[in-house]
Amino acid sequence: MAKEILEGAMAVAHAVARCRPEVVAAYPITPQTHISEELSQIVADGELDAEFVKVESEFGAASVVLGASAAGARTYTATSSQGLILMTEVLWNMAGMRLPVVLGCANRSLSAPLSIWCDHQDAESVRDCGILQLYAEDSQEACDMHILAFKIAEDRRVLLPVMVNLDGFLLTHVFEPTEIPDQALTDKFLGSYEAVLKLDVDDPATFGAFCEPDKCMEGRWMIHDACLRSLEVIEEASAAFAKAFGRASGGLIEKYKSDDAETVLVAKGSIAGTIKDVVDEMRAEGKKVGLVRLKVFRPFPREAILAALKGAKHIAVMEKGGSFGAGGIMTPEIKEVLYDAGLRIPVSGFCVQLAGREIPPDGIREIVDRVSKGERQKAYEYFRLKRELLPDLVP
Amino acid sequence: MNKLLSIEKLSIGCVAPPGESLANKTGAWRTQRPVFKQKDCTGCRGCEMVCPEGCVFGDPKKKQFDFDPDYCKGCGMCAVECPVNDIDMLMEEK
Repeated sequence: MAKEILEGAMAVAHAVARCRPEVVAAYPITPQTHISEELSQIVADGELDAEFVKVESEFGAASVVLGASAAGARTYTATSSQGLILMTEVLWNMAGMRLPVVLGCANRSLSAPLSIWCDHQDAESVRDCGILQLYAEDSQEACDMHILAFKIAEDRRVLLPVMVNLDGFLLTHVFEPTEIPDQALTDKFLGSYEAVLKLDVDDPATFGAFCEPDKCMEGRWMIHDACLRSLEVIEEASAAFAKAFGRASGGLIEKYKSDDAETVLVAKGSIAGTIKDVVDEMRAEGKKVGLVRLKVFRPFPREAILAALKGAKHIAVMEKGGSFGAGGIMTPEIKEVLYDAGLRIPVSGFCVQLAGREIPPDGIREIVDRVSKGERQKAYEYFRLKRELLPDLVP
Repeated sequence: MNKLLSIEKLSIGCVAPPGESLANKTGAWRTQRPVFKQKDCTGCRGCEMVCPEGCVFGDPKKKQFDFDPDYCKGCGMCAVECPVNDIDMLMEEK
């Protein structure tokens, strides 16, 4: 199928429609709105036989798709930023009830101060709830990951919600040549969703019932176990995708010139595009630099990360968020993987691109230069913080 | 589907058979118990309506109400809302 020049959000909407969700509920929020707006148009035009439920909030949107999924429907919602954190309570329930809802998240900063621009703090704030998290680098990958998301979520070994993250504006509002996967191929790849357990008035069951302490821990552990099992399902689904559509997509991580690299950068999302340009430039200068990009953040692909990083001499993790009062989000997890393997490779964590702050290629180059010199970082660094803007904290 | 569900063993997603919630007797959470004095009751059914557990029952014609000790958590809303103070809350002795 030919590529078209499409806006990221529009392309995602059409890729989602190819997956034939039966119920879609969403509430508008910048920079996600174009996804749900286009989906509602596709439904209104009769191109997708789905119920598009208009709701009063993201809490309502998540609750509608939770209920519809519990009733056995394939469901989709999309959101961003404040909308995602308003959904948080429902996301934990989706995971606990093992409902394969697919959610698109146009990553955007959280208030306050208010920012509509991109970072990863929205998605990372729901890191622990049992929703799988995929991160796209470009529009094409965002489309493909949505199709993979349904495949992974509905696998009987997984049965968990999956969130596809695409950077707000940087991907949602950018026009790129994108191939919308063919309808017949998508139908064949996904098949229809048949729930094992569902709400049925003729055969009632209780979802989300009270569970006593003698069983509840096992109920929660099953979520963790299914998240871990999804690692192999993601790899299988990615291999099946390549076979079905004739081009590779998905997988756990991407290694870009990292095999023989001495300094390896780690990142996720669209920033990888800029990093790859810098890696190419520095390689041309004879510097052994590479990138490891996480395509999957939950489950955390520990083995793949260890295999990709164990030969490095210096590692710099570039994050679009952090845990206030502690440090980074990915940085400590990567350190844990290395520590558990008995490796003491220096790992530095840098907060870049927070709330839409751009990082130009020279910033990436500066990070590479600094860590390559063997600088051991004492604490997670908010990169190029403009200290001159700060008030006098102690008068 | 109910064939796949049992009270003894968990299912994927902890989906439970219908009526499972009744198996979880929450009365043990109680520190105070309501005492329906059945003296000045007007049969307004207020106690029955406000009970968040739905475990107050009775007959408004006979003006007699009582509670189900298996599920009452002892929140005391019935006692607070009773317009004629016909319900007391007493410390639960175990």
